[in-house]
Amino acid sequence: MSLIEAENLSKQYISGEITIDALKDLSFVIGPASFISFVGPSGSGKTTLLNLIGCLDTPTSGVLRVSGTDVSQLGGKSAADFRGKNIGFIFQDFNLIPVLSVYENVEYPLLMVQNTPAGERQSRVLSLLDSVGMIEQKDKYPGQISGGQKQRVAVARALVTRPKLVLADEPTANLDHKTAYMVINIMKKMKDESGISFIFSTHDQKVVGEAEIIYTLEDGELAGKSAKGGARHV
Amino acid sequence: MFNLMRIAIRNLMRYKRRTFLTASLITMGVVFVLVFIALSGSFKHMMVSQITDSFLGHIQIHQKGYVASIDTLPLTKSMGTQAVRKVKEAINDVPEIEAYSMRIKFGGMFSNFVETANVRLNGVYPEEEIKTVPLFPERIMEGKKGITKGEILVPELLAKGMKVKIGDMIVVVATNKDGSVNGKQFKVGGILESATGPGGRDGYIHIDDALEVLRMDEVQISEIALRINNFVNLNAVHTKLNNIFLKELNKAGKPVFEVHTWEQLSPFYNIARMIDLMTFSIKLMLIAIVLISIMNVMIMAVYERVREIGTIAAIGTLPKKILSMFLIEGFSLGVLGALIGNVIGISIIYILNISRITFDFGRQTGLVLEPTVNFTDIFTISTIVIMVSVLASLQPAFKASRMEPIKALRHV
Repeated sequence: MSLIEAENLSKQYISGEITIDALKDLSFVIGPASFISFVGPSGSGKTTLLNLIGCLDTPTSGVLRVSGTDVSQLGGKSAADFRGKNIGFIFQDFNLIPVLSVYENVEYPLLMVQNTPAGERQSRVLSLLDSVGMIEQKDKYPGQISGGQKQRVAVARALVTRPKLVLADEPTANLDHKTAYMVINIMKKMKDESGISFIFSTHDQKVVGEAEIIYTLEDGELAGKSAKGGARHV
Repeated sequence: MFNLMRIAIRNLMRYKRRTFLTASLITMGVVFVLVFIALSGSFKHMMVSQITDSFLGHIQIHQKGYVASIDTLPLTKSMGTQAVRKVKEAINDVPEIEAYSMRIKFGGMFSNFVETANVRLNGVYPEEEIKTVPLFPERIMEGKKGITKGEILVPELLAKGMKVKIGDMIVVVATNKDGSVNGKQFKVGGILESATGPGGRDGYIHIDDALEVLRMDEVQISEIALRINNFVNLNAVHTKLNNIFLKELNKAGKPVFEVHTWEQLSPFYNIARMIDLMTFSIKLMLIAIVLISIMNVMIMAVYERVREIGTIAAIGTLPKKILSMFLIEGFSLGVLGALIGNVIGISIIYILNISRITFDFGRQTGLVLEPTVNFTDIFTISTIVIMVSVLASLQPAFKASRMEPIKALRHV
């Protein structure tokens, strides 16, 4: 069974009298436990596509199914509910909550979104912090750790709810190459351990190489798909 | 709820100076209101006590129509023996009434054998009068603290004007209700301090002497002053008495008696109402201070944390939880301000009490200010502050909860 199915997915933005086609008739299928990268130049539609998959935005036309649910019509509360149960997010700027410690940031979705019991919460948070190598820094605040460490915490936060899918929009854009590589490897390791799919967008060609499947977007259209070590399809 | 509270407090601590300034503003407002309520309440209570406990009583009963023509002290509108008996029977059945005093009030001529002046007099039973208006003896500036047969307590201004002193003999001449004039010699037994309000400049004699001057065969009472055991129940007792006496009708089917509280008899009631109005205005100012300061700080908080709101919304936090998060922030600020304000306010009131500040009111000097604030006032002020804090946070919190995560995440 596929995790994501997109059929003729389009998204238009209207800016004054100008209509911008951000995505044009995209159709693709992504299976579970995948490690997918969307690449393309700025304005190619990567962020728009991730926003649609993440139920943060709705398509203008087409059908988008995530984990069997047609998310193209989900709004407000039901979209938030769906995100809380099925999707984890990793942001370019890490977006950790500055008043919460590393531990509390990872704990937040369990506490405020899923209402997980305290015992289970603690074991999940500590286990993930251990996996991403942040257990020693659990009592520190975001202002006291480096960018790479923040992104590792963000990975743990995205995974703590055991979502079916983690979306990462330019997760390495604000990191140096070595740290970016390390964060991608952690994501990959987590995918292998948990079976959760990761979809990320990036500009960084060296990081792209770590993806199992790479989708290339150009001007809102799917320009190509290539598998790691495999043939390139257009 | 605990977790929301914890996050709210952490967010408030994020901008310590701003939180401190806002809480200080609320604190100052609460302190100001509490101290004002305590001071004005003390002043009002003292003034009301002075009026009711030194001459007026809490409630007065008259024959219907007496109060309308009270300036002329009409003897024709006195209560006869039968009416007095009915009133006594009725008030004896009201447990809230602690004491009562029957008075014959009349106007006459006061002569020191050289000069003559007008005088208003009360004929009273001394023991009843002192039980009903316990501060009455304190008004006797000179002479013994009581009313003796054959003696008169002369109001101080009259004594000064007529140059009479303790032990002097004077004559009181009065016309009775049948129109005949009679006079009686009295010894000046005391000089009575003037008091603010109706009857505050009257002289006093024993009721038996009044009967003699007015040549009354049987006691005819102008007014019955009542003292109730708990002043807080004034209106309830008034209503109760009204209900009793409204049933007493004359042959024409109209009520025989009328019952008035001190508020209906003394012009000071208007001053008391003005004090209440000022207290209300001060409370409104407090509401405005809290409303504006909290709303300002919460709007800033939402504006500064747009991306953060976008993040928590993106990871699945429901709008109602985001709303609660900001409401609790406003609530916490209100609680903090109210709490500190109450502590400081009560401390200031305590200091004012131990400082024994004195003030003068009219001719009364050296009155000690005893500001007090009761639990109801503290509870009311705190509730107002907290409710207004939550109300002021509502709009910013609603805005935060309705933010589209995609737009919020793009916010720079």
